[in-house]
Amino acid sequence: MNSFTYESPKSLQEATSLLSQQSGVIRPLVGGSDLIDQLRTNRKQADLVMDIKSIPETTSMEFDANGALHLGSAVSCADTYANPTVRSQFTAIAESCELIGSIQIQNRASAGGNVCNSSPSADTIPALLVHDAIAVIASAKGLREIALNEFFTGPGKNVLETGEFLVKLVIPNPSANSASHYLRFIPREEMDIAVAGAASFVTVDSSGTCLQARIALAAVAPTPIRAYEAEKVLTGKIITEDLIDEAGVTAAASAKPISDVRGSADYRKQLVKVLTKRTLQKCLRTLK
Amino acid sequence: MSSDLKITYSRKGMSSVTKDQIELNINGESYEVLVQPWWTLLEVLRDEIHLTGTKEGCSNGNCGACSVLLDGKAIDACLTLAVEAVGHKVTTVEGLAKNGKLDPLQEKFVEWGALQCGFCTPGFLISARGLLDQNPKPTEKEIRLALAGNLCRCTGYDKIVKAVLDTSGQPIESTYNPSQND
Ligand SMILES: Cc1cc2nc3c(=O)[nH]c(=O)nc-3n(C[C@H](O)[C@H](O)[C@H](O)COP(=O)(O)OP(=O)(O)OC[C@H]3O[C@@H](n4cnc5c(N)ncnc54)[C@H](O)[C@@H]3O)c2cc1C
Ligand code: FES
Ligand code: FES
Repeated sequence: MNSFTYESPKSLQEATSLLSQQSGVIRPLVGGSDLIDQLRTNRKQADLVMDIKSIPETTSMEFDANGALHLGSAVSCADTYANPTVRSQFTAIAESCELIGSIQIQNRASAGGNVCNSSPSADTIPALLVHDAIAVIASAKGLREIALNEFFTGPGKNVLETGEFLVKLVIPNPSANSASHYLRFIPREEMDIAVAGAASFVTVDSSGTCLQARIALAAVAPTPIRAYEAEKVLTGKIITEDLIDEAGVTAAASAKPISDVRGSADYRKQLVKVLTKRTLQKCLRTLK
Repeated sequence: MSSDLKITYSRKGMSSVTKDQIELNINGESYEVLVQPWWTLLEVLRDEIHLTGTKEGCSNGNCGACSVLLDGKAIDACLTLAVEAVGHKVTTVEGLAKNGKLDPLQEKFVEWGALQCGFCTPGFLISARGLLDQNPKPTEKEIRLALAGNLCRCTGYDKIVKAVLDTSGQPIESTYNPSQND
């Protein structure tokens, strides 16, 4: 591996002052499951690797008075999906963390790293998007917040600027009668990258009318995307099998996939249709 | 080696000036090592401390041959910098046997013949130990999931899974048993 220096700041302030003083490329490190291999194979360079696993704000996972989940950017996938409240209230997020890599990877890797690596196929991102997550970003100037929806700008690219890093993701408490699920398709059972992925979030009222629906897709566009048109198909209506079919078809129409070794564009669209339908059906079963 | 013995290693031909002196806790022993910040835990275990039980297969997180326990949890040492392990307890395959007695898991691997070339075995033992410490009675499905990050080119996995089930004291629904196993 090329040489770099290593720092492990103990506070947000220490981290942001490092980021503002240092010249050269500074790369935050959590699980290293993307970063270490990227550095080793020269796909990325670093002058300083800044380990953020000793900062209280990045390592904590808490629920605030409103029940919102504050997921520190250095919390491991394993710790995230082991939390019973995350499993029951933020199900799609738990499910996506449980799909990443192996146990060895999950014990180190974070949803925060998954988000900052910003791969179009990243599994946690659609789940976080349907949960309306907000990214809290720190720099020497202080904190800023941005909807995760506006975070991604291209494959491997995001809005983080030099001197900034992700502190945590804040995920609002879902209203009563909500459910969410994430599914992806891979040819193997484990340890593979999504050919396509879909997350759905549904809130219904006591009569079963859909108050809110959010659908997000992985690996079918330059960034993870929301399928707004498909969401509109469901909102305000009683969700029937026919409506779910229509939402699947509409989601597939909003996908802009490429053809590559993992699958053709047409195949990916088919997958989006099926995965969207299945996540919606799963949400309805959870809500019963 | 007694646990208060500290040994300093440095790589020949490299100036130690730019290196950091770190203390690693490995298998209950304390080691002071001179490392470059970009050296992985795998490199330091093998090349500096000469604990070569931990293997290098892919070096990118896919094969699990480099698995070690960090504070009891299985991780890939090839994706972890040595400096990240400071302040944590590292267990390698050399640390599984206690006082010259094999870990029950190792006994069962031998009994079941859960290995052929053996290259993957340290990694499997580590991830299986990590699983059993957290979940002493895993189902076969849970075992296969916990071992999904370890590749084996020889055994076809079946005997490995059975060895782990057997270690946990659970019945093995099987058409063959260890004694018929050659
Ligand atoms: C064998 C294997 C299997 C995998 N399987 C999957 C899979 O199934 N699904 C999937 O989506 N991914 C998978 N991945 C990719 C990877 O594990 C995930 O993207 C993981 O979530 C990355 O998290 P990390 O904590 O390891 O990130 P790191 O590698 O530590 O960081 C990733 C990138 O984000 C930057 N970064 C990290 N944290 C911050 C921060 N707080 N602020 C700013 N920048 C930051 C780093 O500098 C780096 O560029 C796999 C990787 C491997 C090696
Ligand atoms: S060598 Fe680390 S996972 Fe293969
Ligand atoms: S025994 Fe040869 S790789 Fe597993």
